[in-house]
Formats: sequence, structure tokens, C-alpha cells
Amino acid sequence: MTMTAPRPAQASAPAPAPGPRTTAKIFGYPLNAWYVAAWDHEVTSRGILARRVCDRPLALYRTGDGRIAALADACWHRLAPLSKGRLVGDEEIQCPYHGMRYNAAGRCTHMPAQQTLNPSATVPAYPAVERYRYVWVWLGDPDLADPATIPDMHQMSSPEWAGDGRTIDAGCNYQLIIDNLMDLTHEEFVHSSSIGQEELSEASFETIHDERTVTVTRWMRDIDPPPFWLKNMRDKFPGFSGKVDRWQIIHFEAPSTICIDVGVAKAGTGAPEGDRSQGVNGYVMNTMTPETDRTSHYFWAFMRNYRLDSQLITTQLREGVHGVFGEDEEMLIAQQEAIDANPGHEFYSLNIDMGGMWARRILERMMAAEGRA
Amino acid sequence: MAADHTPRWQDVTVVDTRDVADRIRRVVLRYDAPQPARAGAHVDVEIPSGEGVLTRSYSVVDASDDGRELALSVHLSATSRGGSAAMHALAPGAVLRATQPLQNFPLGVGAARYVLLAGGIGITAVAGMARTLAARRADYELVYVGRTRPAMAYLDALALAHGDRLSAHVDDEGTGLDVDALLDSIAADPRAAATELYLCGPIRLMDAVRRGWENRGLPATNLRFETFGNSGAWAPQDFIVRIPRLGVQTRVDANSTMLEALEAAGVEMMFDCRKGECGLCQVAVLDLDGRLDHRDVFLSADEKAQDSRLCACVSRAVAADTPRIGDVDAPPTPPSEPAVVTIEVT
Ligand code: FES
Ligand code: FES
Ligand SMILES: [Fe+2]
Repeated sequence: MTMTAPRPAQASAPAPAPGPRTTAKIFGYPLNAWYVAAWDHEVTSRGILARRVCDRPLALYRTGDGRIAALADACWHRLAPLSKGRLVGDEEIQCPYHGMRYNAAGRCTHMPAQQTLNPSATVPAYPAVERYRYVWVWLGDPDLADPATIPDMHQMSSPEWAGDGRTIDAGCNYQLIIDNLMDLTHEEFVHSSSIGQEELSEASFETIHDERTVTVTRWMRDIDPPPFWLKNMRDKFPGFSGKVDRWQIIHFEAPSTICIDVGVAKAGTGAPEGDRSQGVNGYVMNTMTPETDRTSHYFWAFMRNYRLDSQLITTQLREGVHGVFGEDEEMLIAQQEAIDANPGHEFYSLNIDMGGMWARRILERMMAAEGRA
Repeated sequence: MAADHTPRWQDVTVVDTRDVADRIRRVVLRYDAPQPARAGAHVDVEIPSGEGVLTRSYSVVDASDDGRELALSVHLSATSRGGSAAMHALAPGAVLRATQPLQNFPLGVGAARYVLLAGGIGITAVAGMARTLAARRADYELVYVGRTRPAMAYLDALALAHGDRLSAHVDDEGTGLDVDALLDSIAADPRAAATELYLCGPIRLMDAVRRGWENRGLPATNLRFETFGNSGAWAPQDFIVRIPRLGVQTRVDANSTMLEALEAAGVEMMFDCRKGECGLCQVAVLDLDGRLDHRDVFLSADEKAQDSRLCACVSRAVAADTPRIGDVDAPPTPPSEPAVVTIEVT
């Protein structure tokens, strides 16, 4: 178990002031951060996608040469939603109401019934980058929008990995999903028919962290594979039966991306020491985008590094994980409803929350750096 | 973050004042909480004066590291409307009402090339942009135009910060700006279509640049300008405005606008921006004795040349024989016979 070293007993020296206590309750989201707004294929030059990110309605589209435009979805003139308008030419979006047009930088290019352009007529345009099959947007200070800080999800677009995923319109605050993914002991109770097993809550885990990341590692040795993993082993090793060594290595990267290295290997073949050749390995890719205070866009995918050419396995894994995540979703909605029904009640934390609490500490620091609570 | 257009008025304290050029005074305001100010932002300030409380907009020139102190710079106009004189009279410790930084002049992201063009006090609107572009390592140049070197605020500091990227044009040293040459060089560059020009300066400079930009077929939306620093082609003087249908005749003094004078005379006027951008305050000109000094950016150059409409919130009239600002033989005193504009309102 991960434990915090106990404080040495005090003799006479006054106790050092404790650092700020990390809160377990729900708080806001940093704005100086990249969030996924959409899958790459959702943003096109044929239509306009309306999506709310961090409580800001966005209108997303592509220019003729494929660049992403991410504009505030409210016309400068009378705030009509631009997403209900249409695309004109290679680069412009036309307001559905009185026809003002804007380019991908949010600058007005056409005003009805006058020869000049009002210099103030702009809608906010947000930095947007396409990477790892997603469209990432930055709603904070654009001068800090460095694409190098986009969380690492390289398995999504690497030739060494194959897979697919979906989006969950999650009826809960994004932090509840972070908590959920940072502690997988819940699998035993929530996912008992697919990936859950008793050994999960019995196995010890180790948590490490730095300024932007938290990693929780758990190994379960010499156990029976749960149904999901037995199926995957048999996809790679037809007819496999027997014990496995199972791993879950949870990688959190601020503000809200969690890539989980998961897999099983034939027991005792050296997987914990680094030889995974006798096993199957997947990555559960998760990135959560606050939509409102109590809803989130939850983008996920399951990537694998074996039988890359099998669309059948891709589809089976996507649908299988979709079923598993449906169980999480139900719990998360129920949890959000309980939070709403019990205003002012705090959360309490368990040892199993170590990873989630470090993630919260990082988010609190990011918020503080933006001058927000 | 999304543009924040809702002014939040608060008490601020003047913590420092000093002259930074002829007739230009730097005033540092301290806020209770940090004020995120992006390049191009301004604050609105309420200034108590003899004529009641005036509201004026000033660009944020720079901010302290903790974000609590914002520096403005105020040009004392020759015919002060009360605002700039009162600002120049402030001493440390004075408390004013001011808004948080507001953004009407945002600096874009991702242009291939940026040209920042400032005339006189207009430097206050673009100095922060130059700093931001330098930090971004963007390709930019800062063109700073002034009548005399001692009248150019922050010139030495800008030279230090921007080196070769700064070019200073000083009228009385014979190095005045050749607008056509500047625009030709922009249009001839292979990145012309992706070059943004940010402009803040007197209306004559703005008009020349806007006309030249249009003539060269450069994208209209890539020419960005801030209007509240506008001055006219002539120094303001008193003039008469008449509305025969309503039997109204009133004098617009040099310190107020036609819109204010008409409102004071009981004429119900429509307006929105009160800075020459939206066109809602425009009136039809029926007759004119004198010349119009169009100070708005709503009417096009062609429309202004016709003198058949004007934007009452900023535009003025002057007597026909008045020399333009900057003409060598400008007389120090206004003419005895004021201009008369006869208008119709909606
Ligand atoms: S609301 Fe968009 S043009 Fe009027
Ligand atoms: S009120 Fe907007 S131009 Fe005069
Ligand atoms: Fe789960």
C-alpha cells in the first residue's frame, strides 16, 4: 500500500505550517490547458459543429485547406449562434441571422448594408490543433497555448497500435471521471462480469507524480484472467488457458487525460520484469473535457498492439469497452445526482484515492496560477 | 478567454505619475486584484471635471508583474475637453473609478507577419502588442511616427526592446513616414495576404493607410485599428449645428461633441458606440458653411468625400479657412466666424 510517512513526534520545536490541504470536493477547471473538443472526423468543411467546452459554446469547422477554426458560437452583432449559419467560400462562416461573415480568425469580413467594417467586430477565435485523432482547443490565454503541452496520446495515431473509441456525453463533473479512472479497484464492484476480480482490491499499488503527471501502478500475479482478458489472450494465443500476471498502469497528464496501460501475460513469463511477449497489451485512452459544471465530454478509445489488421477485434474491443463504460456512466450520473442532492456535503478519501488526489493537487495549482480558486 | 465586454467599475489608486514626453504623462493605477491585460486592452476611467464626470478610454501601456498596477499614458490635448487636463493634474494617492482591462483591439494569433503602426499617442495601444509579439518570437515590425522626438513617448525603451524591428519616423527631422512606401513593401512581400497591420494614430494617418490598403487589394480584415485615439484633421473649434425642421440651433463648443450638444438641446438621438464605429448616430447634412472633419471609421472614404452624412458622436465642422493640424502656418487662434452645419435627424 502507498502510505504517507507519519509525522515525527514533536518535541519542543513548533510544528511546521502544513501546506494547503487538497480538497476532495468538486472545483473548477483550468482554462490555460488543451482540451479535446471533438474527434478529427467530426470537424469538416461541409458543416459547422456546435460544441460547448468549459462552458463556452464553440462553432467548429475546417477551412478549405484543412485548418481548424474554433470560434465562439455567438455572433458579435446579436449573439445568434454561428453554428446555425453556413460556410462561405474557403474560410468564412456566415451568421444565420443578418449575414455577417467572419474568417477563421474570428474577424468580420462582411457587414450588411455598409461600405466599411466596424473594427470592433470580431468573435473570439481559440487556438486549435489536430493531434492524435482529436481536435484540441485552448480557451485560456492564447499566448500560453503551446502545442508541446498537449497530453501524450500517441498510441491513438501510431502505426504500432490499432483501435477505436467513442464519446460519452457524461452527466457528471469531469473530476468524477478522473477519480473513477485513477482508482480501478471499482472494477471489482462495478464491472464484476467483465474485468472485475477480487484481486484488484487486494493488490497493492504504487503512486508517483511530478508537476504535470501522476502514475499509479498495480500488478496482480498468478491470477485467473477475467472474461475480457481471457478473450483477448485467446485472440493472440488461440486456445489459451491458465493463470496470468495482470497489470494496470494509470498515467494521468494534466488537466484531464488518462492513458491506462493494461494487459495480461502468461503467469511467470517475465511481464513484471519487462518481457510482455507472452501477453496482450492494450491502452485505454481517456480524455475528459468539462462541458459545464456538471457535464463532460468523455472521449475514449481502446488501442492494442497485436493483431493490428483485424477490424473484427477492433470492433469487438470497442463495443466491449463501450459496455463496460456504460456501467461507469450509470454510477457517475448517480454520484452527480447524489452530490446535487446533498449540497455542502464533503467527500472523504480513502487510501485508494491517492492517485486521484494527486491529480486534484495538480489541478488546484493550475487554477491558482490562473488566479482562480 | 472569451472577450469580456461588461465593464466592472472599481476604485483604483494613482500610485505614480510622471512625464514621458512633451505633453504626455504616464499614470499608474493600482487595483485591488490582479487585472489580466492582453495586448491592445484599454481601461475606461471616470474623470471628475468642471463639466461633470467624463468617461475616457486609455490603452494599457504595461502592467506590473503582479498584475495589480496598470500604466496608462495621457496626451494633454491642445484644446483639452477637460479629460486630459484633469488626468494630468492627478497626483499619487488620488482615487478614481476605472474598469478592468477591456478588449476592442485584440492581437491575432498566427499571422505570417505583423506590422504595428503608431502615430503619436497611438503608441500606447501597440506597445504591448510589440512586447507580446517579441515574446512569441513572431515576425513583426514596429513603425512609430511622431512630429518631434521629444513628443514621442517611450522611444528609447522601445528601441532597446525591439532593436532593428523598430523604425522611428520623425517629421521635423525629415524622416516622416511615407505611407505608400510602407504599404508597397507589405503588398510586395510574398506573405502579403497573411500580413496584419495594427494601426493607432491620428485620423489622417488612419485614412491614408485605409485608402492605400484598399487600393492595393489587401484583405480588409487584416487592417486592424483602434479608434478612440482619433484626432481630426483640424483642431476642434466651436461650430453651429441647425435642424430647421425642429427649429433647433445650437453651438457645439470645442470641448464637446455634436452628439452631446444635440442631446443637450433636447434632440432625441440614437447612438451606440460613441466612438465613430457603428454609424447609428449618423445624420444627413443638408447644408454646410465651412468644412467637415470626419473622424469616424464607419463611412468609407467615398462617402466622406460626399459630405452628405456625418457621424455626430465624433465628427465636427471647422471654418473654411482653417489650416490643418501640422501645417506650418497654423494660426494659434480660432477664426471669428464659426462653421455652420445644417442637418436632418431621423
Ligand atoms: S446576429 Fe449575426 S449578423 Fe445579426
Ligand atoms: S454612436 Fe457609433 S458611430 Fe456614433
Ligand atoms: Fe470503470
